[in-house]
Amino acid sequence: MMGVQGEVAAGFEPVLAPLIIGLPLAGAVVLLIFGKRIGRLSGVLACGTIGLAAVAGLLNFIALLGAPEESRSTTQHLFDFISVGRFQTGVDLLLDPLSLVMVMVVTGVGTLIHVYSIGYMHGDPRYPRFFAYLNLFASFMLLLVLADNLLLLYVGWEGVGLCSYLLIGFWFDRPSAAAAAKKAFLVNRIGDFAFLIGMFVLFGAIGSLTIGQINEAAGALSAGVATTAALLLFAGATGKSAQIPLYVWLPDAMEGPTPVSALIHAATMVTAGVYMVARFSPVFEASGGTALTVVGVIGAATALWAALMACTEYDIKRVLAYSTISQLGYMFLALGVGAYSIAVFHLVTHAFFKGLLFLGAGAVMHALDGNTDMRHMGGLRRPMPIVGYTFMAGWLAITGVIPFAGFWSKDAILAAAWVEGNYVLWGVGVFTTLLTAFYMSRLYLRVFEGPLRTPEGTHAHDAPLTMAIALVPLGVLSVAGGVINLPGLLTLEHFLEPVVGESLAPEGALAFILSGIALVVAVAGIMLARSIYMASGAEARRARFVRPMAPLVNGARHKFYVDEIYGRLIVLPGKRFALFCADVLDRRGIDGIVNGTATLIGRTSQGLRHIQTGYVRNYAATFLLGVVAVFSFLILRVVAG
Amino acid sequence: MNDLPFLDLTLFLPLVGALVMVLIPKRWEALLRLAALVVTTATFVASLGVLASFESGTPGFQQVTELSWIPEWGIGYITGVDGVSLWMIMLTTFLMPLCILTSWTIKTQVKPYFILLLTLETGMLGVFSSLDMFLFYVFWEAVLVPMYFLIGMWGHGRRVYAAMKFFLFTLAGSLFMLLSILYLYFASQGSAAAPTFDYRSLVGTPLALEVQILLFLGFFASFAVKVPLVPLHTWLPDAHTEAPTAGSVMLAAVLLKMGAYGLIRFGIAFFPDAARLLAPAIIALAIVGILYGALIAIVQHDVKRLVAYSSVAHLGFVVLGLFVGTIQGMSGGILQMLNHGLSTGALFLLVGALYDRRHTREISEFGGLARSVPVLAGIFLIVVLSSLGLPGLNGFAGEFLVLLATYQSYGWWVIPATFGIVLAAIYLLWAYQRVFHGAVSIEANRNLEDFRMREYVMFVPLVALIVAIGVYPKPFLERIEPSAKQIVRQLNDASVIPETRGLAEAP
Amino acid sequence: MTEVAPGYYLALAGLMFSIGVIGALVRRNAIVIFMFIELMLNAVNLMFVTFSRIRGSVDGQILVFFVLVVAAAEAVVGLAIILVIVRRRSSANVDDVSLLRW
Repeated sequence: MMGVQGEVAAGFEPVLAPLIIGLPLAGAVVLLIFGKRIGRLSGVLACGTIGLAAVAGLLNFIALLGAPEESRSTTQHLFDFISVGRFQTGVDLLLDPLSLVMVMVVTGVGTLIHVYSIGYMHGDPRYPRFFAYLNLFASFMLLLVLADNLLLLYVGWEGVGLCSYLLIGFWFDRPSAAAAAKKAFLVNRIGDFAFLIGMFVLFGAIGSLTIGQINEAAGALSAGVATTAALLLFAGATGKSAQIPLYVWLPDAMEGPTPVSALIHAATMVTAGVYMVARFSPVFEASGGTALTVVGVIGAATALWAALMACTEYDIKRVLAYSTISQLGYMFLALGVGAYSIAVFHLVTHAFFKGLLFLGAGAVMHALDGNTDMRHMGGLRRPMPIVGYTFMAGWLAITGVIPFAGFWSKDAILAAAWVEGNYVLWGVGVFTTLLTAFYMSRLYLRVFEGPLRTPEGTHAHDAPLTMAIALVPLGVLSVAGGVINLPGLLTLEHFLEPVVGESLAPEGALAFILSGIALVVAVAGIMLARSIYMASGAEARRARFVRPMAPLVNGARHKFYVDEIYGRLIVLPGKRFALFCADVLDRRGIDGIVNGTATLIGRTSQGLRHIQTGYVRNYAATFLLGVVAVFSFLILRVVAG
Repeated sequence: MNDLPFLDLTLFLPLVGALVMVLIPKRWEALLRLAALVVTTATFVASLGVLASFESGTPGFQQVTELSWIPEWGIGYITGVDGVSLWMIMLTTFLMPLCILTSWTIKTQVKPYFILLLTLETGMLGVFSSLDMFLFYVFWEAVLVPMYFLIGMWGHGRRVYAAMKFFLFTLAGSLFMLLSILYLYFASQGSAAAPTFDYRSLVGTPLALEVQILLFLGFFASFAVKVPLVPLHTWLPDAHTEAPTAGSVMLAAVLLKMGAYGLIRFGIAFFPDAARLLAPAIIALAIVGILYGALIAIVQHDVKRLVAYSSVAHLGFVVLGLFVGTIQGMSGGILQMLNHGLSTGALFLLVGALYDRRHTREISEFGGLARSVPVLAGIFLIVVLSSLGLPGLNGFAGEFLVLLATYQSYGWWVIPATFGIVLAAIYLLWAYQRVFHGAVSIEANRNLEDFRMREYVMFVPLVALIVAIGVYPKPFLERIEPSAKQIVRQLNDASVIPETRGLAEAP
Repeated sequence: MTEVAPGYYLALAGLMFSIGVIGALVRRNAIVIFMFIELMLNAVNLMFVTFSRIRGSVDGQILVFFVLVVAAAEAVVGLAIILVIVRRRSSANVDDVSLLRW
């Protein structure tokens, strides 16, 4: 089924688009089967496939830019997928500005992280397997963003979930890693369950799953149907993009190797939910505000909630994980106020700086034999300058200091919330900015500044070449990535407009005031962190600072007991119920009836068999009695008439 | 097209093979194994002929062979294939060589074992290809006997109990079906000249609604036990668990499908009005089965029992699809029959492979096996994922269509049904984690032998099919669709009720 | 020569049969029981012949031949079994052979 978006009959000519997905997929298959034989070259092969996919993506991007604005969308039919009767789907690729921006992010950041992994995973016994999974992930992620219909998107959606499972559990010997992998998959499944039903609702209402047709027909949906569908899809997004209430898997997912955290759990997969909501913005719009409000509120709440937990975490990777959840919350906040293109903008810059931060954290772990506790670190910028300075770039980007990448996108989100009139969301966003600046500065300052401290028996050294190759470009992008949406120059917003519509932006002085507030708050957060962690007398100040908030800090340190609550409220009763079904209902109940019947028959026969004495004469007598009885009956009948 | 009677060739090759094997002395075990493998492989090749000469796009029966058998009583030897039975036949012939291969480890009574397996194959194929009710019933019951002995003689611990339970359950159900068949036979006297067991003439026999319901329930009793639908399922975990690997595979992959197949072929086609009337109740049972089977699977500590209960859940999806009354549901249900056969068959084969290595099925006896048997673990994961319905693997296409159809016909009933896929992920992944992940805690698990050549030969085609159906289900669906459409049309033909009410003249 | 009325034949047959029944029930020696059974068979034969005579058809006589043949066959098998039993347990008491029971 060839869905063509909007009125455009013929789009531009795609350039080898199937290769974007096909190359990493082929790499994955080859590595899965022949990985052992390929050995050390696996990394190079994997980088090659994803790199070439990036080139193919770029060619399409250029082709798209070369096309006039109204024909910047095209679909390519590869083959039929699940199709029965009226239900028709194909493996069709949709190339438009939004999907190609995503392709560029995935392949670009993906390639860098593949290269980084060559160094990071060096010496791992399952080195080829790691790259196979990484390549597989890339191909599913690309399928997700290039899919022309919801079903195909779902294939990619679950596929990346699978790869996430495989990669979180890569070191499956560790029970915690295996458990985290399973948890990630299951929590995602709960989201996917809603997503699937959302898909059914959309197909039921529209009769097609093609993105173009859904978005076209969305306007005609009744508000109720649209709200239902939108909220179900969004529930899927809360799973994949780790939003309240399904965010709990992401912190645990840090059990995976760090490049995985960077690629999957920061830069790409977790943003799939944001992409999906942006993609189906007409459906969300059609609900008449309800769905978008939910999205915005959940996003803002998640941003704040995760930021609180990030402030007390000592594990450097987990800080980044909470930070990712929080930043994803920002993106949903943006979606919630209808600023889809800005959400995508933040998605892109976040991919740069969060990917960078994770890779930096990975480099630190690499240097410190896998240590992740920031309490044992300090002053690492001097022994490892490349990591230190790039991490600094990432830190400044995420805190939102001008002119780093994060400033532009985060500022745009807050501004959009304000302009939309959603002052509460704006307020939450600004407060979260403060927290973000605080916890990221806490992380950066404790690890890289101050006197040199390393865990016992470790010796800090700078990142090896392959890792540095990935760090430096991401560092540059974190510094300058904001230019892709520089007002008046290059504008991503304008580029995405044909797909997701216009985003509101403040004008004139208001723009500067809002930016100023955000900037001041960010700097305040940094200063706060500096004063209680770095400056002289920090210890005492910290104690004074924390004391009034002790319950809050304590709660945050225990992740607000959410895992425990879920365990008590859902997992435990569920397990009890399952046990009840298995032991009581099934074994004693249903099977009891079955075996009871058998026992009853058995008992009856037990009693009856005593008639069988074995004495011939008994039988003969019985026989005679029978004959007499039968004959008497017959005779009586004759006599009676 | 019909240059060779491939269907009948497929049907009787195993039986002929079994007869020939009777002549081989029982000491020549290697030869016996090889002969069984050759015969089943030849059968598979013959069935490829059926597939090749199958014309997609037409709903009716193809490759029909019609011979008179006992003409006085209207009994004939009639076989044929359509979109419903095609994949079941292919599934049977495809899995049989794998079952022979997995039985390489059978060391006792080799000769009767393989002869019984071959006889079983003919029985199962007969069920799927008979178009004469008498012939069908003969095959239907004929399947019981070899399976009874396979479980009872080569099974594990409580094998005799399990075999007896299996036999009695199925037999009890079958008797009701026999009554229904006989009623139909005599009812056909009115419409045709003489009473007949010919399926094609029996379809469309006008029956009063009350009669339809009774007869439908008669068939349903037999099929619901076989499928199995909750609460008639308790024979299944015992039989599956105690049976030898090949027996479990055949039970799960093919015997359960006989029930689902019967529901489509006879239940719905003979009694569309009754089926439509009772559909909500059956669907409710199916949904209960999906959740109930999955919940119980979660807390099992025996791998085989877990897989057995997962079958209850999966077959719930199948029945759900068959009765929602849309073409997507019917096609999805039929595809799901094939998929479940592949996935669960593969799961049982893998559990068998584990059992061969460790001689236990207790989950707690394993742990960390991904380290010692990485290939086995990898294949196991693929099969697990296919079983939990991961898109891109076979399980998804069927389940998705079924659920989509459920939403379209029954709206929010889809929520509990869909929740089944969450539960599936829980029980499968949790079990997988406990068996394969973590550190090796039991010494015996440390140095196990990974896949041998024989096992590669078994699993490579299986995995290839699992992926192929998942990525490109079209060749499968397009052969199912026309037949599915026809049955759905029968099921939905609303004009039938008033008509049959008027013709309530059955004997 | 006067003909004996058929009623006497029937009475004799009835008497023989009753003796046979009682004998078979009260005696314990297998051989004796066996002989009483033969007595019953012959009582029935007599009856058949009588009825045949009364009805003027040969059907009854034909049946008698059947009974004779079957009785002969039965005697062969039965005696053989009894013989084996006697050899094994040196007794022909039927109450000793009560193994075939619950």
